[in-house]
Amino acid sequence: MKKQISLLIALSAFFGIIAFSCFQKTGVLNKKSGDAISYNFDVRPILSDKCFACHGPDANKREAGLRLDLAESAYAKLKDGKGVAIFPGKPEQSEVYKRITSVDPDYQMPTPESHLGLLTVNETGIIKNWIEQGARYEKHWAFIAPVSPKVPEVDGDWAKNEIDHFVLTNMESEGLKPNDQADQSQLLKRLSLDLTGLPPSLELQKQFEGNRSEKAYEQIVDHLLNQKSYGEKMAVYWLDLARYADSYGYQDDEVRTQWPWRDWLIHAFNKNMSYDQFLTWQIAGDMLPGASKEQILATAFFRNHKYTEEGGVIPEEYRIEYNIDKTKTYSTGVLGLTVECAQCHDHKYDPVSQEDYYRLFAFFNNSKEVGYEGDVSQSKPAKNPMMSITDREAKSLLSFINRPDTSRLIVSVLGDLDTLRPTHILNRGVYDAPGKIVTARALPAVMKFDTAKLPQNRLGLAKWTTSKSNPLTARVFVNQIWQEFFGRGLVKSTGDFGMQGDLPTHPELLDWLAVDFMNHGWNIKRLVKQIVTSATYRQSAKSTQEKLNADPENIYLSRGPRYRLPAELVRDMVLSSSGLLISKIGGASVKPYQPKGLWEAATSGRGSLRTYQQDRGEALYRRGMYTFIKLTVPPPSMIIFDASNRDHCEIKRSKTNTPLQALVMLNDPTVLEASRVLAEKLTLKTISTEDKIKESFQRIICRKPSDKELKLLVEYYREEEKGFVKDKKQAFKVLNVGEYRHEKKVKENEAAALMRVINTLYNMEEAITKS
Amino acid sequence: MADSQQLKANNMEKQVFDFGMNTTRRHFLSRLSLGLGSAALGSLLIPDIFKGNAESDVNDLVAGLPHFAPKAKRVIYLFQNGAPSQLDLFDYKPLLNKMHGQDLPESIRGGQRLTGMTASQATFPLAGSIFNFKQYGKSGAWMSELLPYTASIVDDLCIIKTLNTEAINHDPALTFFQTGAQVGNRPSMGAWLSYGLGSENQNLPGFCVLLSRGKGNGQGVYSKLWTNGFLDSVHQGVQFSSGENPVLYLNDPDGMDRTQRRKMLDKLSELNQGTYENFGDPEITAKIQQYEMAYRMQTAVPEITDMSKEPESIIKMYGPECLVPGTYAANCLLARKLSEQGVRFIQLYHQGWDSHGGLPNEIKGQCMDVDQASAALVTDLKQRGLLDETLVIWGGEFGRTNYCQGTLTKDNYGRDHHPRAFTVWMAGGGIKPGIVYGETDDFGYNIVKDPVHVHDFHATILNQLGLDHEKLIFKNQGRRYRLTDVAGKLVNGIIA
Repeated sequence: MKKQISLLIALSAFFGIIAFSCFQKTGVLNKKSGDAISYNFDVRPILSDKCFACHGPDANKREAGLRLDLAESAYAKLKDGKGVAIFPGKPEQSEVYKRITSVDPDYQMPTPESHLGLLTVNETGIIKNWIEQGARYEKHWAFIAPVSPKVPEVDGDWAKNEIDHFVLTNMESEGLKPNDQADQSQLLKRLSLDLTGLPPSLELQKQFEGNRSEKAYEQIVDHLLNQKSYGEKMAVYWLDLARYADSYGYQDDEVRTQWPWRDWLIHAFNKNMSYDQFLTWQIAGDMLPGASKEQILATAFFRNHKYTEEGGVIPEEYRIEYNIDKTKTYSTGVLGLTVECAQCHDHKYDPVSQEDYYRLFAFFNNSKEVGYEGDVSQSKPAKNPMMSITDREAKSLLSFINRPDTSRLIVSVLGDLDTLRPTHILNRGVYDAPGKIVTARALPAVMKFDTAKLPQNRLGLAKWTTSKSNPLTARVFVNQIWQEFFGRGLVKSTGDFGMQGDLPTHPELLDWLAVDFMNHGWNIKRLVKQIVTSATYRQSAKSTQEKLNADPENIYLSRGPRYRLPAELVRDMVLSSSGLLISKIGGASVKPYQPKGLWEAATSGRGSLRTYQQDRGEALYRRGMYTFIKLTVPPPSMIIFDASNRDHCEIKRSKTNTPLQALVMLNDPTVLEASRVLAEKLTLKTISTEDKIKESFQRIICRKPSDKELKLLVEYYREEEKGFVKDKKQAFKVLNVGEYRHEKKVKENEAAALMRVINTLYNMEEAITKS
Repeated sequence: MADSQQLKANNMEKQVFDFGMNTTRRHFLSRLSLGLGSAALGSLLIPDIFKGNAESDVNDLVAGLPHFAPKAKRVIYLFQNGAPSQLDLFDYKPLLNKMHGQDLPESIRGGQRLTGMTASQATFPLAGSIFNFKQYGKSGAWMSELLPYTASIVDDLCIIKTLNTEAINHDPALTFFQTGAQVGNRPSMGAWLSYGLGSENQNLPGFCVLLSRGKGNGQGVYSKLWTNGFLDSVHQGVQFSSGENPVLYLNDPDGMDRTQRRKMLDKLSELNQGTYENFGDPEITAKIQQYEMAYRMQTAVPEITDMSKEPESIIKMYGPECLVPGTYAANCLLARKLSEQGVRFIQLYHQGWDSHGGLPNEIKGQCMDVDQASAALVTDLKQRGLLDETLVIWGGEFGRTNYCQGTLTKDNYGRDHHPRAFTVWMAGGGIKPGIVYGETDDFGYNIVKDPVHVHDFHATILNQLGLDHEKLIFKNQGRRYRLTDVAGKLVNGIIA
């Protein structure tokens, strides 16, 4: 306890300096000699990156028998008898310091052959100071259970809740000041997109307009949290994490039915299932006493990975592969650790041995599933073990499943053998090189797995994971949620809290949120509400040159979040603002418009997905998250907007800005059809052209246009209309897009001109940006 | 002194630091454009952000690549998807004809694992090729009668008979060839090159993918093969298709002519400029530029995919099929044009080589599809003086067995997958022309001289482009990744 407090003090004392480091070329600290050095925050990142690959946890790759990740080994006499690696207090007598400052290629470290690059002057300075100060080692910060830190006092009335106290303290230590609150329309758009994934409707915009009271804000937040679309929005990121897809992947890539699990996921978020329960059900729902079908369905989470149906594969090779995938999804998605290195050898950076890896793997290795159930000609929509869902169940117990009355549904779920299948350590990670037999146990470096109290099966793993003493689970989840709202986690490497991961930018805030979250029953909606009601979240997203210079990545949160919408939400925005969106929840995935020939060009010629059979009617206007994902040819417009290819567990998408995205917004029939439908609808209204343009602007950009903008758009409308009056045929061509019915009695020249204007609005940067 | 040493050391390799200005600039640049090639554009747009950091070595980092003088600037990879039979095309083994129908000696098979398709076969009867082989060119390389055009350019080729891989099934083997790993969503070779070298052309992607299909037993391709993996998604391969839109969403909709598009983009730019004034977010400026680039692509791409201006002689050289969009021949010609315009990596896939049964018939058709156009591509590049700087590669994901899968008759057989030895050829790009590299045993089963593992092959390709495979690194989730993972040796014997 005392140790933890002193760590926290150390953390907060150096925070400012760490922060500064973010703008240094090599990411290291500019420390003055005499400044106290923190092992966790200053030294380990350097040692881990430059030294541990050869002098770290991996026993097989260890050079000269030297370990620098453990104090006793680093302080001990070197194997060759010539001195010690680290002599606390005496850098000049420490072999480490001598070598990192040497210019002799035969002597210096890291060796030229390692291609790791030498340490910078700053880095060697840190090592020097650290050794001078006694070379004290500390446990990795993320492996120490979080303790709620004291909420710092702040001046003024800016802060609205605890989050702001932490953020403001750090911001001010950087000499930054928070932005003003964003204006009402921006704030509402931000909230609505973040909580439901949809832009605010005109009605909601009107309701919020002019009401700046705190109460009104909270009401809107509660209103949005209670929308069914909240569950859909939250599900999107978990679907990436769970590598959800509608086909088996690999070459013939036949269809499968995992979507009932997706419907459960939305349902779980909507009913605000606590996160510990949410995890327990997905990890071990089938093992709960008297497991209900819903609990078993939740375990489909682990069955979303790819399955081969290629003729001639060796089944065991793939059975192992599937369990490797499950282990990865669990460790990256839930624990925020990358353990897959330890599949072949001891982890080079984190204290995870190969044995630790296979003991974790063992939790998943007792499944009834087999590596291969036959080729595509024998494919079924689920693979063993599976659960069937009858019509009756879908209408009662599992009523959140959206399905029309057809034949029975089957879903791949978890289910273990009655006997124990032995788990071997696989040498080099290869399926046909089994070594020592091991039993299931969770990672000891994170937290002890007490076999006296916990069963050595997935239920035990679930209990270990959701224990309040687990240092990672809550931190990792809180960080994922933070990323959803701010575009970047407090730990930037959302999937890596290990030693090579990024350090938290706001360690105390992260810990405070994690502990608070656990102490309030792992309540997800409460956490979300805490975030969106903070003053930090409500800031305007305006950047000044000064702030851009001082903090280009907005690490200190002195402005509101501003970034392009995720792929699914781009589609949702277009459909929703045009009125085309069908707000049905769940059901089998749909096949909207897609450029011709994509599936056909890449298919093996086998399986039911060899040609793209586009859907009709309502199915064309469902939310992006329901678009059918064929793993080998994922939906192109989604991929262009950085959607996950769902090949494996992913927690963070890149946010690119490319010409291909521009082409989608300009030419995708989805966007054109939405422009056309909205234009036709508005053309029928007996309001002025200005008002029609204003309304479309309000629907798409979610604010009133400025006079300048309105003038420009009206001008554009007039010019285009003039052209269409002259050439009626062209107007007809322009409107001839999409399958949605045309409004009768529309004047083509007006509708076509308005469609051009609306299409331009959809292409505005602001339209697909949360700001 | 230590300082300059360190600076040098830091510049020695290209890495992405998880923090600091490098990341910011790098992200900005790569998000801004199609690749690194537009560094200049980035600095024009945001001159201030990167100033005032005396220590900054960002320019050196960009300028630090390639690692040394490249021999090749571009790659065209003619991937023969499904695995062509080396024994019926390149690796002439008369012993197999002599022993036709006899069982493969256990000593030769040496515990090689078998696919599930032949694992249960009681015998492994050897199958000699029914095709005639002859020696060609100054090098005297053996070539089957199935490849007359390829045989005619044999002195431009480096034929490697000793490629070997670890996978025995298509999906992992293909993935291994393209990404250096059998599983794992790693970046593909083209993405690595786009990341490392960028595109030479501002209006075209740095990495293009062209698909075609033969009539033989096919195996699908999948976008994972041209994935950017953990690299920024601008490095993803852009698939060209034979339909109306050569690049997805490229064409303006009906009723929108170029003047109208221009006008719309001008209005849009003005609107976005207003947003920039409100928010000051550099992403907005970048977005304006992206629309301009999209507009330019709309002109540049159709010019390239239009074959109508190609002279008669070229059409004749590639064969009449090159005028049918979506054929292998058309893709070869398109590849030449893209490459000529500076596209860094062009990946073709031709499906249909997976002849588990009825191989003699299937392979004839496949060779008809590819032989003439592959040879034409090499000759065409050579005529234009581009072969020296363009590396052309032809080959599949593994080879095929010397024994028969299914029923063996005098003139019909099938062959299963064979990872231990197979043939790939390369041309141009600083690779020795007119040589045959490596030898297999008389059974064509094992390598007896100069093995080339997939990792070695990758290391050599990168080398030709001026990249040290041990230094082209990207750090992701704490680990440094390379195309060659932790292996790979240069194949010095094939480097000119």
